[in-house]
Amino acid sequence: MIRLFAVMKKEIRQLKRDRLTAGMIVGIPIVQILLFGYAINTDVRNLASGVANQANTHLSRQFVAELRETQVLEFGYSVETADELERLLRSGRISIGVHIPPDFDRRVVDPRRPAAHLLVDGADPTIVGIANQLAMMPVGFEAAKTRPNRSLEVRPYYNPERRTAINIVPGLIGIILTLTMTLFTAVAIVRERERGNLELLINTPVSTTQLMVGKIVPYIAIGLVQVALIAAVGQILFEVPLRGTMAELYIAATFFIAANLSLGLLISTVANTQFQAMQLTFFVLLPSILLSGFMFPFDGMPTVAQYIGEILPNTHFTRLARGIMLRDASLLELGNELLVLAVFTVVAMTAAITRFSRRLD
Amino acid sequence: MPAQSEYAIQARSLTKQFGDLTAVNHLDLDVPRAKIYGFLGPNGSGKSTTIRMLCGLLTPSDGTASVLGIDVPGDAKLLKPKIGYMTQKFSLYGDLTVEENLDFMADVYSFSRAEKKSRIAELLQKFDLAKQVKQFAGTMSGGQKQRLALACAVLHRPELLLLDEPTSAVDPKSRRDFWGKLFELADGGTTILVSTHYMDEAERCHRLAILDHGSKVADGQPGELQASTGMSIVEVLAEDPYGAQVAIEARPEVLSATQLGVRLRALIPQSFENPVQIINEVLADMGIKATTELVPASLEDVFVAVTQESRTGGTAS
Repeated sequence: MIRLFAVMKKEIRQLKRDRLTAGMIVGIPIVQILLFGYAINTDVRNLASGVANQANTHLSRQFVAELRETQVLEFGYSVETADELERLLRSGRISIGVHIPPDFDRRVVDPRRPAAHLLVDGADPTIVGIANQLAMMPVGFEAAKTRPNRSLEVRPYYNPERRTAINIVPGLIGIILTLTMTLFTAVAIVRERERGNLELLINTPVSTTQLMVGKIVPYIAIGLVQVALIAAVGQILFEVPLRGTMAELYIAATFFIAANLSLGLLISTVANTQFQAMQLTFFVLLPSILLSGFMFPFDGMPTVAQYIGEILPNTHFTRLARGIMLRDASLLELGNELLVLAVFTVVAMTAAITRFSRRLD
Repeated sequence: MPAQSEYAIQARSLTKQFGDLTAVNHLDLDVPRAKIYGFLGPNGSGKSTTIRMLCGLLTPSDGTASVLGIDVPGDAKLLKPKIGYMTQKFSLYGDLTVEENLDFMADVYSFSRAEKKSRIAELLQKFDLAKQVKQFAGTMSGGQKQRLALACAVLHRPELLLLDEPTSAVDPKSRRDFWGKLFELADGGTTILVSTHYMDEAERCHRLAILDHGSKVADGQPGELQASTGMSIVEVLAEDPYGAQVAIEARPEVLSATQLGVRLRALIPQSFENPVQIINEVLADMGIKATTELVPASLEDVFVAVTQESRTGGTAS
C-alpha cells in the first residue's frame, strides 16, 4: 500500500510542477463545454440571405418583411435577378436566396404554382431543413390562406440527393490538416530542444528564419498529399464531387497548410515538452472542429463564437473547400478567405520567429 | 586590434545569477591562443554556465567577455561561424546516419559541394568513423558518438573549440585518443576550452582554472599549481587506513585526509613546520602502525586545497 501511495504522490507532484498541463486540466473542460454549449444550436437564426424581388409589389414587399420578421433570414443582399442570387450562393456570401418572380401577385392565388423560390445551399442539411420549415410557413395574407400546398418552393443547390458526406468530406480535409500539420510542427522545435539538438544548432550560423521556414516547407508537400488522398477517397467511396479544379483546391490548401504550420511553430515556441505541445494542439483542434462551420452552420452560432471562428484557419478553409469542391466557386470569389489565411500565416510566423530565443536564458 | 590579441578569450568580472543562485561569480579569464585551457571543477561549479556565456547562449548578469575579439553576447552572431561547440549531452541527430549528420553540418556552414565531399572524407578517416558511415548516430557507442561530435565541431575549422565535459560518457581508451586529437588541433593553431571533472584530463591542459561554486579559486599551468599549493602532502601507508583517516582528520592542523585504498593523503598547510611529525604523533597516540612520507602535490591535492580554503574563508595564501 505504501508503494502504491508513493507512486500516486509522485504522480501528483509531477503534475503540479507541469503548470501548463495543470492548466489544461481546468482549461479543456471549461472551453469545451462553452464551445459545445454555444455552438450546438440547431435553432439557427440570422442566416446570411439575399433577396431578388422582381415583382416589387406591395404584396411581395410585405412577404419579404414577414420573412425578415422570423429572424431566421438576415437579408444582407438585395439583387435584381435569380442569377445574381446564384452567384452569391456560389461565392458563399449567402446560404439562402429568396427569389420572387415578377408575377408573384398572381402566383399567390394560383395553387398550382409556387409563389416564390428559396434558393438554398443544399450542401448543408441543416440549412435545407430550415428552408423547408420556412416553406411551410403560412403566408399571412388572406388571398393565400386557401392554398392547399406550400407557397414557397425549395430549390436545394449543389447537393440534390441531400447526402451528408458531400458536406462533411470537404470540411474533413480541414480537420485532418489542422490536426496533422499543427501537430507535426508543434513538436518540431520542442523535440529538438528536448533532445539537445537545439543547443548545438543555435551555436551555428543557421538563422532563426532559416530554421523556421526550413522546418515547415517539407510539411507543405506532405499536407498536399493528404489533400489529394482525402479528395480521392471522398470521390471514390462517397461520390463527393470536385466541381472546381484540383489546382484551385491545391492553392487553397497550400495557404491553409502554411497557416497551420506557422501556428504549430508558434505552439512549439511556447511549449516546453512534446506533451505540452500536443495538448496545445488539441486546444486549437477542438474549436477548429466545433466553431469552423464544419459541424454546425456558422451563421447559426452566437456572435462571440463567430468571432472566435473567424480567427481559426479552418473556418476559412472549410469555406474554401466547400466552395471549390461543391459549388465550383472560383478563387477570385473566395479571395477574402485566402487573404485571411495569408495574414494569419504572416502573423503567426512572425510571432514564432520573434518568440524563438537563440539563447538559453 | 583585438583579433590579433594573444588571448582568444578575455573575460572580466563575468557573472551569472539564476534567481538567488550565483552560478558564476565575477570570473576573470585570459585564455591564450592555440592552447588547451581547462576548466576543472565539480558539478555545479559554473563550468557549463561559463562556456554558454562565452558562446552567447546565456546573457551575463554582469561583466564583459571578448571571444576572438568579438563582444559577447552582443555580437555573438559574428562569432558563430568561428567557433565549434560540443555540448555535454550528445546533440547530433540520432535518427540520421553519421554521413547525414556530417552532411547537414557541412551545409549549415555553407560548404561547396566539392569542399564538403573532401572534408567529410577527411574527417571520417581522421576520426576513425569510416566503418560507421551508414550507421545511425543514435545507435553508436559513447566513444563513437564523441568522435562524431568532435568531427562535427571541427568541420568548419573553427579558431576556437568549446568543449563541455566532452569525455564524461566514454571509456579511458577513447579518452586518451580524444586528447590526442585535441593536442593535434592545438598544434594546428586552434584554441581549445575544455571543461572536465577528471584530474588526469586537467593535468593534460596547458593551463587551467579551478572553479568552485562559481568562483575561480586557482589559475595557472598544472605544474605551477602543484608547486604552489602551500600545502605539505603526507602519504600514509597504514594497516588500518580508515581508523588512521578519522584520527588524522580530527587534528586541527590537518586540512583534509583522503583515503586511496590502503594509502592516505593528508594535507597540512606549509605554515606548520613539521608535517610528518604531526602525523606520526597522531598515529602513535592511536597505536596505528604506519609508514609516512612527504610527497609532491598532485592536481587532486591542489583541488582539495583550493576548494577547502575557499570554503573556510582562506587559511593559507
